[in-house]
Order: sequence, then C-alpha cells, then structure tokens
Amino acid sequence: MIKGKAPVNLNLFSIAFPVGAVVSILHRLTGMLLFLVIPIAIYLLQYSLGSEEKFNQIQQLFSGWQIKFAALMLLWALLHHFFAGIRFLLLDLDIGLSRIQARNSAAAVLIASVMCLFLALWLI
Amino acid sequence: MMLATGLKAWVWQRLSAVYLAIFVVWFSVHLWMSPPADFQHWRQWMAQPQVASAFALFFISLMIHAWVGIRDIVMDYIHPLIWRALVLATVIFSLLGAGAWSFLVLAGIEY
Repeated sequence: MIKGKAPVNLNLFSIAFPVGAVVSILHRLTGMLLFLVIPIAIYLLQYSLGSEEKFNQIQQLFSGWQIKFAALMLLWALLHHFFAGIRFLLLDLDIGLSRIQARNSAAAVLIASVMCLFLALWLI
Repeated sequence: MMLATGLKAWVWQRLSAVYLAIFVVWFSVHLWMSPPADFQHWRQWMAQPQVASAFALFFISLMIHAWVGIRDIVMDYIHPLIWRALVLATVIFSLLGAGAWSFLVLAGIEY
C-alpha cells in the first residue's frame, strides 16, 4: 500500500461550496429553525389575544434589545426560507435551470433576504 | 391524504408552500399598512371570519409543510429504523398538537 499518495480531504471547510449549495443548506437550517419556533409563535398569538394587559406586555417585550435581536434573526430565517423557496418553486417549473442563471438566482436569494431585513428594520 | 409517499408529499409540500408564501406577504403588508392600534382593534380584526379562516388555512398549511420538510431531514440523517420511527412519531404528534392548539386559539377569540 502506497502511503500518502491518495488525496484525502476530510475537512469540509476547505472545500469551496457553490452558492447554490449554500442557499440549499440554509433553506434546510432555516426550515428546521422555523419548525422549532412554531410553539412560540402560537403562544404569542394566544397571549396577544388574551387581554389588554397581555397585549401591552408583548409590545413591551419587543422593546428589549435581546428579544429584538432574536426576532430579527428569526425574520432573516423566514425571509431566507421564503426567497429560497420561491427559487426552488421556479426551478420546479424549469425556470432558471442553466448554471449561470441558477448561480445568479442563488446569489439574489442571499442578497434579497438581507436587504429585506434592513428594509423591515427601517420600516419599523 | 397520504403524506408518507414520495411524489404526493412533494406535491403537498409545494401546494402548502404557495399558500404560506401568499399568507406571509398578505399578513406582513397588513401589519405594515395598518398595524393594530390597540388590543380591541387587534382582537376585532382577528375575529373576522375571513381573517380567522385565512389563519386556520395558514396553520393547516404550516403543519403539512413542516411535516414534509422535517420528514425529509429525518430520512436523510437518521438511519436506524427504530430511531427514525421514534423521531417521526414525536414530530407528527407535536405537529398535530400544535395544529389543535392553534385552532383552539382561533376558536377562542371573542368579539
């Protein structure tokens, strides 16, 4: 057996991922994250509809920077999942299948989700 | 409704995705254009039959969408059959519970 001849590359971080792969794995991760926050979302909806006091408490809650930061991260996850999802639906319809178009649309997904996050920050 | 077979699950994932996307845009635009001024406005808006129905359909779509998505992830990464079955059972009962809970919340809104 010849030692040290076969290329071994077990460090995933040394491989440059194409932008489509980054969008795809982020779609999974954000989907998982959004799944985990479903109970929190239902609880917040229930709480906000409970009474005047509870409604005001939720408005107060979102004035703290930690909660605001967490909410913004979740908003980014939702935006990414939304835009990447629309891209996948278009790919299902055979739209944008060429390599160059697919790369451009993947980059557009990454940019659009961050831009919409800043837009939301500016609107609020 | 067989959500466990490949092609049908794929179709359900896409159908629910389309409704979720429309709902999210509609709700975000509503919150931006006319944010609820206070508790009374918020509750009255939510209690409208069209709004409550849109939310009910949202929660149904959400549970279907989450089920297919999580099922795909579990089947990709969890291979021992017993673990896969246990995790999938936990997920489906959690989603059914969350769906029932969301319907109780919607049904409990009073004018």
